Amino acid sequence: MALANSPEGADLARALRKRPFRRPGENLIQVALLLCAVVSIATTFAIIYVLFSDAIGFFREVSFWHFFNPGNEWQALIDPRTFGVWELVVGTVNVTLWSMVIALPLGLAAAIYLSEYAHAQTRRFLKPLLELLAGVPTVVYAYFALTFISDDILLPLLGGRISFFNSLSASIMLGVMILPIIASVSEDAMASVPRDLREAAYGLGATRLEVAFRVVFPAAISGIVAAVLLAIARVIGETMIVAVAAGSNPSLSFSPLETIQTMTGFMLQVALGDAARGTTDYTSLFAVGALLFLMTFVLNVGAQIVVRRFREAYE
Amino acid sequence: MSLRLRSTTPTGEQAREALRGKPAAEHRPSENVAKPEGEIAFSISDLNLWYGTFQALTNVGLDIPRQQVTALIGPSGCGKSTLIRCLNRMNDLIPGVTIEGNVTYRDADIYGSDVDPVEVRRRIGMVFQKPNPFPKSIYDNVAFGARVNGFRGNLDDLVESSLQRAALWDEVKDDLKKSGLALSGGQQQRLCIARALANNPDVILMDEPCSALDPIATLKIEDLMRELATDYTIVVVTHNMQQAARVSDYTAFMLTDEEITGQLIEYAPTETMFTQPADERTEDYISGRFG
Repeated sequence: MALANSPEGADLARALRKRPFRRPGENLIQVALLLCAVVSIATTFAIIYVLFSDAIGFFREVSFWHFFNPGNEWQALIDPRTFGVWELVVGTVNVTLWSMVIALPLGLAAAIYLSEYAHAQTRRFLKPLLELLAGVPTVVYAYFALTFISDDILLPLLGGRISFFNSLSASIMLGVMILPIIASVSEDAMASVPRDLREAAYGLGATRLEVAFRVVFPAAISGIVAAVLLAIARVIGETMIVAVAAGSNPSLSFSPLETIQTMTGFMLQVALGDAARGTTDYTSLFAVGALLFLMTFVLNVGAQIVVRRFREAYE
Repeated sequence: MSLRLRSTTPTGEQAREALRGKPAAEHRPSENVAKPEGEIAFSISDLNLWYGTFQALTNVGLDIPRQQVTALIGPSGCGKSTLIRCLNRMNDLIPGVTIEGNVTYRDADIYGSDVDPVEVRRRIGMVFQKPNPFPKSIYDNVAFGARVNGFRGNLDDLVESSLQRAALWDEVKDDLKKSGLALSGGQQQRLCIARALANNPDVILMDEPCSALDPIATLKIEDLMRELATDYTIVVVTHNMQQAARVSDYTAFMLTDEEITGQLIEYAPTETMFTQPADERTEDYISGRFG
């Protein structure tokens, strides 16, 4: 006997038919979600458009060769104006290099400790504490770097060999800032390496350290590289710390002891100054910005290729 | 009777407190435990183990003979995997484990306070339920143990002889650089056996080595076990009673009932166990009445 509410034949076919406007709420939500996605993509493209259109304006005034000639200094705001961007690029590379020298070993050591050595309770307590560092406003870091690291520690320690505004104090501060990113994201990657692999290694007589370096580390390398990339992107883009602590004197130096200026540091300087719209001072901001954008872009793509080549995929 | 306590966390202490006076503490070890002839590899007595407050092994005691195959059988949750992992201190890696009792390997107490578990695991190799090759090349998989243990001989020879002993050499000799994960399940498991053999262990522990494999791959591993038993002591956990009957010299039957978890019910030469079981519960299990 058929159930009362189960129609047959033509009735069944009608009951099964699509009814597009049966659930208007569903459709509405779908459209709203799509709009949200479109807003973020559109914003990105708008930024790229503005960046490059103003940068093109800059290159109408200043030649590519002049911009990329390592012999030219960067003196954009006072006459005689010269726009040798290498000084700013080197400044950015300078702080990136030294901050990574500080943060990479510390961050990876912290990740290995958290994932391979720490008790579950210790980890539950330490990881959020570490991530708290990421919540400190960078302007606080900036003045801490200048007044404490540079003035109270580095100057008395190194005396006349270091400038008051120096790349080292900024790099140390940047290192502290990105430490939680490297440690936390790497730890996530290492924690997701299957227990099977660890047990196999322990079963062969490997010590904790050998398991960490020979099994867990290579298996988690793509996540670790992602963590480092994220950190580098933060350093390259960070403005406040370098503007305050590293100074505003562009230089082709990789020394941590000197005053330098990074790309972002210069961009902030222009934005705070009185450069009129349309002047070369103003458009140089966009040329530097566009180059910064290209640098991070190439870095990301390059790293993805490297990761794909070297990772030990465990699935 | 010497009793030893090892507690990795405070919860172990609490576990003992909580369990004091429960039936498990009054459990008497089974009387149907045979004493194997010949040399003994492992001697286990009064072994109790807790995961946190959960008792997983209760008063287990048996002797495992050298250069023979010993099978541990029993239904799920009976503690057979826990027991085999006690033999190379693999359970040490699990937080909150408390182990009490005696386990000696050729008269050396492997839970002694001055014993390094890493050294124990170098001599007592293990093959796991799910094939778990490292995401490295076949060569690097086999060479792993030698590398971490500071092997000074010819690595190429070691890799070749280990793969040969694991009956895998002919299938992989032309692509040793290929990832271990590119092999089939059965080949992966033999790679894991080769990897364990490369450490030149005395004992190989196998925790349900065929449960993830098809019947043909299973047969190959079983043949291999019989072959290896001429040189090695093999302890194998298995769900499959036919497998225990086919490959093992001695069989231990474990069970968890309403009151007592992880107890040894009967231990005997395999032939005796499968033809004239002494305990009714063993008979029920091997004749397929439960489990």
